[in-house]
Amino acid sequence: MSATSVDAAPAPRGSSAGRTATVSRTDPSPQNRSLTRFSRAIVMPGFIAAIVITQIPFLVTIYYSLQNWNLARPEARSFAGFDNYIAVVTNGAFLPSLWATVLIVGGSVILSLVLGLFLAVLLDRKFRGRAVARTLLITPFLVMPAAAALMWKYSLLEVNTGIVNWVLSWVGLGPVAWNTEYPTLTIIFTLTWQYTPFMMLILLAGLQSQSPEVLEAADVDGANALQTFRHMTLPHLRTYAELAVLLCTVLMIQVFDPVNIMTKGAGNTKTLSYLLYERAFIGQQIGEAAAYGVVTVLVTIVVATLALRTLFKVFTEGTD
Amino acid sequence: MISTMRRRLAAISLMMGLALVTTTGCAGFGNLGTDPGVTTITLASVNNPQMQDMAQLLPEFNKQHPDIKITMIFMEENDLRNAATKDVATQGGQYDIMTVGAYEVPIWARNGWLVDLTDRAADPVYDVDDLFKPVRDGVSYRDRLYAVPFYGESSFLMYRKDLFAQAGITMPERPTWEQVAQYAKQLNDPGAGQTGICLRGKPGWGEMFAPLTTVVNTFGGQWYDQNWQAQVNAPGFTDAVRFYVDLLAQAGERDPVSFGFTECLNLFSQGRAAMWYDATSAAGSVEDPKNSKVAGKVGYVRAPVARTTDSGWLWSWNLGINANSRHADQAWEFVKWATSKDYAQLVGSQLGWSRTPPGTRQSTYRIPEYVKAGGEFAPLTAQIMSEVNPAQPGVAPQPWVGIQYVTIPEFQDVGNQTSQLIADAIAGRRSLTDALADGQRIAQRAGDNQKEEK
Repeated sequence: MSATSVDAAPAPRGSSAGRTATVSRTDPSPQNRSLTRFSRAIVMPGFIAAIVITQIPFLVTIYYSLQNWNLARPEARSFAGFDNYIAVVTNGAFLPSLWATVLIVGGSVILSLVLGLFLAVLLDRKFRGRAVARTLLITPFLVMPAAAALMWKYSLLEVNTGIVNWVLSWVGLGPVAWNTEYPTLTIIFTLTWQYTPFMMLILLAGLQSQSPEVLEAADVDGANALQTFRHMTLPHLRTYAELAVLLCTVLMIQVFDPVNIMTKGAGNTKTLSYLLYERAFIGQQIGEAAAYGVVTVLVTIVVATLALRTLFKVFTEGTD
Repeated sequence: MISTMRRRLAAISLMMGLALVTTTGCAGFGNLGTDPGVTTITLASVNNPQMQDMAQLLPEFNKQHPDIKITMIFMEENDLRNAATKDVATQGGQYDIMTVGAYEVPIWARNGWLVDLTDRAADPVYDVDDLFKPVRDGVSYRDRLYAVPFYGESSFLMYRKDLFAQAGITMPERPTWEQVAQYAKQLNDPGAGQTGICLRGKPGWGEMFAPLTTVVNTFGGQWYDQNWQAQVNAPGFTDAVRFYVDLLAQAGERDPVSFGFTECLNLFSQGRAAMWYDATSAAGSVEDPKNSKVAGKVGYVRAPVARTTDSGWLWSWNLGINANSRHADQAWEFVKWATSKDYAQLVGSQLGWSRTPPGTRQSTYRIPEYVKAGGEFAPLTAQIMSEVNPAQPGVAPQPWVGIQYVTIPEFQDVGNQTSQLIADAIAGRRSLTDALADGQRIAQRAGDNQKEEK
């Protein structure tokens, strides 16, 4: 299943998207304008539904964030003004958490990008059992995050019986207490393991959309494999990599399960989503948690806007 | 503009309320199919094995009370806490009976969320004095009973009799922490895969801080003094945590931050630890030959002490009746049945004696079959449960009743954050003084709230 979708999907995308864009922009005839209006009308219900579903909860969250509301002290519920936002800034929990998120997500994205690229290049070659290898490599992405975290905690990183420490003992390295000594790394391991297949899939799609003529021409011109990869394949993959990085970052920012299962937020692994969970469900401070949520959304919007802008720049540069 | 906003908000909250009712109110539909004259009682329960046994025995209850239908809803501990809190705080009255942890009973009682059971429990047949007094005190608020215990536990020290005999050490009946530390170092042999002592190091108020707070108490520390002044970086608290962290480093399990109750149970059951200080309820699993390699080799003594005479903790899961329940009388019939003397007999004879809910009634420990099945640890558990003092577990008096927790709403948050800081100290990422200074700040914020309450 995955094999066909990977092979078929990306090839015609860039060209057709470019064509529709030019048509609507350069041809403002009345007929076309009514068509545009009609298509907008069709889109409207979906658009409104999207606004209702995504924006109303956000407005409610903003309302909550202005409340002084502890679930266990219902009589003390009152309007708090910006007290919760002041608490977010003065508690000293937000910046370390933001930094932990950047470190964990950034580290995992870079690692899974490198590994994903490596695996994609390997899978791009034709060999017997390629479909089986591809399915096997995709499996980690299909495992539920909680199950993956449990597997890493008990089977791989356990200090007495874990496979990783057993392998390390072959080269004479003592057992490593992963969760105690390197909590950030344990989370990065788990995330990288989960998201490498995702990176690999997108990059593989990029590799397979590369035109064989170009590669052949490079070969005829006497470029060796490394040169071809460096000067032809990598630039071609750039847009795919950007997309994969963006999607992976968005997915990983929500990381919760490994933190909850493996480190419980100790040792600079308290990511923003875990911090939110703690404020809401352990602290029972609904107002404060909502304020953290609002600030997180603002930060994410800023980051996403910057990232998207660069991404589109890359896209336009790519098509020129 | 404002009025439309308000109307819109009202509409939104109405919608959300409806959603809440339809998702949580499934129990209400139970009424549709029942005969007239039958009352449906909804019980929101934590998904512990003991509670699931209760669900199995419901037909027995219905033999006596065909007019009461019990619907049980099982939830994970945190979900239950949130669902029940939401229900009682918004006076929804969805749940007639709730399992409430010992930590929450006084808090909820103070908020007026639970029915005062004192007069109902005075029924001589129920024999409320048969319940262990410390457990009863733990679920009382201002000397009124707001819930009745379903099962309870304390903590004790488990040790490997075979290893101790081999090393020529005799474990005293009431060991001190100093002695325990010395034995742990003596028996610690990482090369052979053997840990001196397993202690919880996993962050969380219910994980690391359950045993650690008992150590704090016996070392002369406490979370708050009589005036709700936080004492987290005071000498007693600091000494205790330093002792705990040092003991973990010198003779504890490797990777302590990963180790909570379950992990220690595994380690000890696999024969990889010489001692384990944890819940009395662990003994049942340790003595189960199917899952434990050390069954029959384990000795049990009281929780180690430093400056106090006892140091066990006290925990119970209790049944409380929602103050908004419209069927409090029927609900009490069920609560009475499930926490009666006969219930222990019923579980023992129907499901096996090892599944009898422990730690609530003295009479349970006089059932010969139960004592026989409980081996060495059953009588000791009964003794410890009646000896601990939740009103003043430490050296100095405290303004709340409870041993390994503080009965203020903020405590789970305070305990949780402080335990994360200590985990960093265990890993050596920051100094203990530094970690406890931060913990003090966090604890003081909650203490200040409490001062305002008064």
